[in-house]
Amino acid sequence: MRLVLSSDQAFFRDTTAKFLTEQAPVGELRRLRHDPAGFDGEYWRQGAQLGWTSLLVGEEHGGGSISGDGLVDLTLVADTFGRHAAPGPLAAANVVAAALSRAGDAHADVVADLVSGTALASWCVAEPRPHNRLGSVRLRVRVEGGDVVVNGAKRPVESAAQASHLLVTGRTGEGLTQVLVPAVAPGVSIVPLHTVDLTRRFFAVTFDDVRVPVERVVGEIGGADAEVEHQRQLAAVVGTAEAVGAMQAAFELTVQWAFDRYSFGRPLASYQALKHRFADMKAWLEASNAVSDAAAAAVGAGSPEAGALVSVAKAYIGDYGSRLLQDCVQLHGGIGLTFEHDLHLFLRRHTVNRALDGTPADHRQRLADLVEQREDAA
Amino acid sequence: MTTQDTGEVEDLDGFRQRARAFVRVNLRPADPAVVSARLMLPEEETLAAVARERELQRMLFDAGLAGICVPREYGGQGLTPDHQQVLNSELAGYEYPMRLQIPTFVPCAAVLFDRGTEEQKQRHLPAILKGDELWVQFLSEPSGGSDMAGALTNAVRDGDEWVLNGSKLWTTNASWSDWALCLARTNWDVPKHRGLTVFMLPIRQPGIEIRPIEMLNGSKEFCQEFLTDVRVPDSHRVGDVDDGWSVCIRWMFHERMLFNSPLLTIPAGAAPGSVVSPTSMRDIARDAARLQDPAARDLVGEAYMLTVAKGELERRLREGIAAGVLSDQAAAIGRVFGALVSTRTTDIAFELAGDTGVAWANDDGTLANRGTDFLMRQAGCIGGGTAEMARNVISERVLGMPREPAADRGIAFRDAPRSHSART
Ligand SMILES: Cc1cc2nc3c(=O)[nH]c(=O)nc-3n(C[C@H](O)[C@H](O)[C@H](O)COP(=O)(O)OP(=O)(O)OC[C@H]3O[C@@H](n4cnc5c(N)ncnc54)[C@H](O)[C@@H]3O)c2cc1C
Repeated sequence: MRLVLSSDQAFFRDTTAKFLTEQAPVGELRRLRHDPAGFDGEYWRQGAQLGWTSLLVGEEHGGGSISGDGLVDLTLVADTFGRHAAPGPLAAANVVAAALSRAGDAHADVVADLVSGTALASWCVAEPRPHNRLGSVRLRVRVEGGDVVVNGAKRPVESAAQASHLLVTGRTGEGLTQVLVPAVAPGVSIVPLHTVDLTRRFFAVTFDDVRVPVERVVGEIGGADAEVEHQRQLAAVVGTAEAVGAMQAAFELTVQWAFDRYSFGRPLASYQALKHRFADMKAWLEASNAVSDAAAAAVGAGSPEAGALVSVAKAYIGDYGSRLLQDCVQLHGGIGLTFEHDLHLFLRRHTVNRALDGTPADHRQRLADLVEQREDAA
Repeated sequence: MTTQDTGEVEDLDGFRQRARAFVRVNLRPADPAVVSARLMLPEEETLAAVARERELQRMLFDAGLAGICVPREYGGQGLTPDHQQVLNSELAGYEYPMRLQIPTFVPCAAVLFDRGTEEQKQRHLPAILKGDELWVQFLSEPSGGSDMAGALTNAVRDGDEWVLNGSKLWTTNASWSDWALCLARTNWDVPKHRGLTVFMLPIRQPGIEIRPIEMLNGSKEFCQEFLTDVRVPDSHRVGDVDDGWSVCIRWMFHERMLFNSPLLTIPAGAAPGSVVSPTSMRDIARDAARLQDPAARDLVGEAYMLTVAKGELERRLREGIAAGVLSDQAAAIGRVFGALVSTRTTDIAFELAGDTGVAWANDDGTLANRGTDFLMRQAGCIGGGTAEMARNVISERVLGMPREPAADRGIAFRDAPRSHSART
């Protein structure tokens, strides 16, 4: 998270932090462990009223930002989510709301429900292996008269069983098409997956000759490539901001532990071997904040550097964030591996976000593509 | 060190036009051979390069492009870090006064600006900006560099002068520079931090013998100096007598900020210090015929990731320190990160070069010398204060963890235990 916030932004962030402290304390997260949805509707509706789902939505659709840059504002919520390991499909909900709002008034009713938090929509973009590498899309969308017909599979899809609508990305000829499919449409089947997060839920969704009117297409048929890439960037920005919040919480917990825990008559924090590991972790943490904020700012401003910065953030935070969290476990000793301790809540959150929207290795390959294309400075 | 004049600040677009016109007309393209992070030129070539760089600095000065963030009364432009960024981007791909940046501008000029008297600043800052004075740091000694406050170089007062005796070590650029900032001991009867004083001295003088040290890669950019009865007027003292440690605190701050300082003029895309730039990493992979190898691409991507992360972290620290939300000690975070990035990028370049990195021909292009760079890998973790010392600062001063026990605390420095070699 940025070091300097406007007073409006700080107030906005604090409101969400206070709400999560009350509504999603660690005991509640543990209670939700076996809940099929992972959160209850009222929690999400109240969060929506605090602005969780409206920041990327145009004012004409009931949205609006705090600072003029809704994505940067959203990263404040995401960071706070990470610090609390809070329930709810924050990235997916916002990406879909933003996409529908950007597409004009055709889906305004759905956007209104998403903004108010009375409904959820899922973002169906990733595909089952072997097509689970970043950017790969095999699902087919074909036009038949006044309808489009959807065939293929998507996974993992967050909160699909809770969603009223699914924003599905598929291929029509060479280009990409996005379709807003009602979750109850015939031919849609939704199967739960197992996951490591306590409160987030993922599903495999298959589309078997799912037929919807062509009006359900979002954007251009076969012309959604740039839009899908932008959605991936938005999701990655929210996911990395949340991951950094989780790193921050785990780090603070572990620093405090190092002060409180004694061994051989002195605190762990007095051993240089451990102090130096904390120093490295602090450097990784600050660098993670820096790249996450840079990616958010670049995507928010539509900068030509956005794609590169998103991949830097995903690759760096995924890799070094895991190092940090596993080091936090190590420095806790045995207690760090227990369910009773809170550390794993943050480890879980970071671990999920690391693997979604492209792994660190996927993003390093992307960066290599960018470096290869880059002209020499000379 | 930015202070803006009360007058109108030149707008960025106008400044860019002015900088671009100067660069296009006056500068030569950067030498593409300079991809290796550490240069090893024969002595005459180094001296010729230094002469050219002094000339470049003078040209920048005459064009109103030197000392962008230095106030006008000291010969600078009184502009902002944004202007400096614009200049850096206009310089991309061109020659520039590389060897004058560190340690002359940072940390030496920065320390003078912070702690020099008005007279000292008037005399030296304009001379530095014109390329007339190159500065070095007389800090580390044979007895140790990490424990900076343990300096043994002795300064004794004699009327209006001081007489210095001792030895300094690892002085970057000493063979062809002009002035030094020198840390010396002026009181042996108090604990170490309270008996230090900082002086400025010309290094080409009879009492100073300068011996180049050959590093393991063959470079001779470092020297050892022997000071014998060197007389320094009291007017060349920086800060109060026995208050040298407070000067050192600023000195270390600037040293840790290093490449993050708005006082530096470094073309965008030029790799600072020992970091191999992403484009040269791509060239190495290409020359190694591994550009399509996914394992090599993973490394190229990683190097790019680390370089960008370093830049963004530096920006965060700079802004946080300027806004007062981070303490100056947070500069140590950037120092540790820089060490991590230089180590890893050196490893990656060496890995990409394969066996050509250790057995190369003259026409092996970017692959040549990668093994030598690898031998020098730890330089980025030692120079400018070691990474371990920066880790001490982060854990103790940023995170507030207990300080390491020290056997020399609270006792007169003359009684403090010291290295075998430094015992008398
Ligand atoms: C590229 C380069 C440029 C340099 N330029 C200059 C220059 O221009 N002027 C100048 O004065 N010096 C310069 N130096 C010297 C440099 O500042 C010192 O080498 C450095 O501060 C370390 O000091 P030392 O070599 O005496 O090692 P020591 O201080 O003896 O340290 C040896 C090892 O012990 C570790 N260590 C020491 N104390 C502690 C502690 N308390 N906790 C944990 N670990 C510790 C160190 O990290 C190091 O690994 C340069 C060095 C390099 C490599």
